[in-house]
Amino acid sequence: MAAVRLARAIEFSSSLRCWREDLSQEENRQLFGPATSQHGHNYRLEVTLRGEPHPVTGMVMDLKDLQEVLDREIMARFDHRDLNRDTPYFEKQPPTPENLARTIYRILLATLPEGMLDRIRLYRDPDLWVDVVEPEASA
Amino acid sequence: MIRLTRRYHFPAAHVLSHPSFSAERNWEIYGKCANPNGHGHNYGVEVTVAGPVDERSGRVIDPKRLDEIFRERILARFAYRLLNEDELFAQQVPTAENVAAVIYERLSGPLAALGPARLRRVRVVETHRNSFSYGAAE
Repeated sequence: MAAVRLARAIEFSSSLRCWREDLSQEENRQLFGPATSQHGHNYRLEVTLRGEPHPVTGMVMDLKDLQEVLDREIMARFDHRDLNRDTPYFEKQPPTPENLARTIYRILLATLPEGMLDRIRLYRDPDLWVDVVEPEASA
Repeated sequence: MIRLTRRYHFPAAHVLSHPSFSAERNWEIYGKCANPNGHGHNYGVEVTVAGPVDERSGRVIDPKRLDEIFRERILARFAYRLLNEDELFAQQVPTAENVAAVIYERLSGPLAALGPARLRRVRVVETHRNSFSYGAAE
């Protein structure tokens, strides 16, 4: 049987500010505008897996198991947290939607069964979202 | 490569009728959309760009510049207008298919001038039941 794609969504709320310690206040304002002040978003994450359904259960991955991974790896780390102060990922890079999406992609790639992660879509809000489709070599 | 999509909206009017066809023929082809007095939509426009993340800004594209370009190239030209009166639609009927292609062509060059990110897709959501995309399939 051909591969099937499965998608599951979660929503989490976080605060953040975009600020680089190696730049001046003026440069930060220039680069990040109002996002230099602490603010927050309701993020929505759509995770798409790809695989062949198990011949007996008919499932690519048990949604219960997938939800457990998302709860443990994403919700516990990011929901009702401050991305800058409560997570280790944004000391050297600003928590832009692009960087947050790349971070989440890498966490899931390392956690999910090999070859199963197809793509993620991270909505910062209903009018802006980021897709990560391929693994990246660095960053 | 990361893809970033931003969604915009603009209200505009149009009439679907080909200037060289009779009123009857236009009615046959376009139905109620051929009403010569016009009708309108809140067009939603999803603009997708793809590129590497700039490590300094953490961005694929400067969102402020993206908004400015959309405002200058699309909103200033089409919002609160009758699309048929625009010279870009003098030779083609302003169907949402053609609107999507016109928006793509008007954004592609200015966005490419900003940096390495490239326009990938424009999706026009004409109503909650119709959408039309131009460029990459997703």
